[in-house]
Amino acid sequence: MTGFILSKLLRAFITLLLTVSLVFIFIRFSGDPAAAMAPPDAPQEVIDYYAEKLGLDKPLWVQYTSYLAQIVKGDFGYSVDSGRSSVSLFLDRLPATLYLGGFSLLIALTVGISLGTVAALNRGNFLDRGVMAFSVFAFAMPNFLFGLAVILIGALGFQTYLGGQGASISWVGVLPPALTLGLASTGSYARFSRSSLLETINKPFLLAAEARGIPRTRRLFFHAMPNAAIPLVTLIGLSLGGLIAGSVVTEQVFAWPGVGQLLVRSVATRDIATVQFIVLAIAGTMVVANLLVDFLYLIIDPRIRVQ
Amino acid sequence: MSDCDKNFKSFSTPIVVKLALGFVIVFVLFALFGQLLSPHEFRATSLFDRLKPPIGFGGTWTYPLGTDGRGRDLLVRLAVGAQITLIVAIVGTLVGAVLGSLLGIIAAAKRGPIEAFIIGAVDVQASLPIIVVALFVLAVFNSSFTLFLLLVGLNGWEVYARLMRGAVLSAKEHGYVMAIRALGASSFRIYFRHIFPNVLNIVLVQFTINLPLTVLLETALSFLGLGVQPPLTSLGQIMSEGRDRLLTAWWLTLFPGLIIFFLALSISIIGDWVRDRLDPTLRSEK
Repeated sequence: MTGFILSKLLRAFITLLLTVSLVFIFIRFSGDPAAAMAPPDAPQEVIDYYAEKLGLDKPLWVQYTSYLAQIVKGDFGYSVDSGRSSVSLFLDRLPATLYLGGFSLLIALTVGISLGTVAALNRGNFLDRGVMAFSVFAFAMPNFLFGLAVILIGALGFQTYLGGQGASISWVGVLPPALTLGLASTGSYARFSRSSLLETINKPFLLAAEARGIPRTRRLFFHAMPNAAIPLVTLIGLSLGGLIAGSVVTEQVFAWPGVGQLLVRSVATRDIATVQFIVLAIAGTMVVANLLVDFLYLIIDPRIRVQ
Repeated sequence: MSDCDKNFKSFSTPIVVKLALGFVIVFVLFALFGQLLSPHEFRATSLFDRLKPPIGFGGTWTYPLGTDGRGRDLLVRLAVGAQITLIVAIVGTLVGAVLGSLLGIIAAAKRGPIEAFIIGAVDVQASLPIIVVALFVLAVFNSSFTLFLLLVGLNGWEVYARLMRGAVLSAKEHGYVMAIRALGASSFRIYFRHIFPNVLNIVLVQFTINLPLTVLLETALSFLGLGVQPPLTSLGQIMSEGRDRLLTAWWLTLFPGLIIFFLALSISIIGDWVRDRLDPTLRSEK
């Protein structure tokens, strides 16, 4: 078991190292980073100053190791736009994204799993077909279209602007973007929990439970559902890891002041330091989320511990 | 219903799939020949004809679907946009499928450090959502159509690589591979002539999952203003241009949006159906 944990940790570390290296390679070979850091009409001396400051006159491996050292120290450079450190820009925006993402995950989990359970228990009839049709609809609906439709309905039907209330902690403000963001994952949670529950229901241990005379609701909630939930953990982990990245488009549609909006704006203004940090932060959360899922399996699924 | 009836039913095409197929065919025809429907050119502006509504909402037959803020005909722009979206979706999905499958086969065939490296790359890609990779690359490099195609193509390559590696590794243990090897076939021949056709199903199934995702990725990036750049256009780009006039010129967002939605919907319905045909293990579940 220690071996399992160690190998997972090692793999996560290698993944992060590779990601950092790739980011380094891309930035160094994309042109002159000094010119990119300096203002567009900067004189040559300024560019040279930045080049020296960034250590571009040194050999590549020296640059690479000092880049790694900076990252370990937590120094991710400064935004060209505002002059602030990219980390502080990111942290400013993080609460809004977590609020939106957390809310949408909550919607997706509760609605999705309930729909999936209803579908599995009514397999083959109209409820099941309705849920499956909804999940296909949710998958194919681009969130920018759904978001715009929500805004339009709010504007025409209720004479209010449903969005851009920002991170102010209000139910009404977060609900429209959270619904938009959560729509696709609600569909996939419904589909996934339906098939997982159907698979579990047909297992012999549930037949045995029925034979022992355990009531139907108890069988469902205490026998079938915990077992069906195990594969869902992977999906939840993926959702958690993709929380920041997933909200990019939705934040843009609703003018939500989160990390996704910061990322799009930084890409448009070529604010490399900020983009680089957000990319690394997203990769980091994804790797950590995957690691947590792996370890969580050890706790919730004793069968893995035996292997 | 008897068993025989059930089997027979499973061979007829459901009506939803027929509708989806119909929509895709109409879409492809529109993308190929839609420009012929309008006398206008997709970049031609006309300041006297700005924001004309579509027919039925006060518009005229000169601009059946209305015009945008620069007086460009929406119908012909949708046709060009559909064409670009179609090209990006097909080429992009193919790039990912070919690249991923090739790397997966190489990993399984070569083992050792090459396999370790490919697995590492797969892990990195799996920890970075494709939209983030695309945003990063577009921040660093100058955007061009080729670059954009390649980026969209990266969508999902790691899934192909992982699936192919697994499938080829297990296929290698089969008797028929040993038999061909004993007959002295080259490893290129073994992998591409004999193993590949046996695991092709997996690539096809994944292709049907990826195609709608690629459509959505392209339109999302173009919607953010980071995909297809003007003067070229795509469905997502038309939507993003119309976004600021959502209340006054709703046709600029509604028409491209509905096309994107129905396209993604139809492709995934067809994909589900194809998957049922190709993967017999799923069929018993339904």
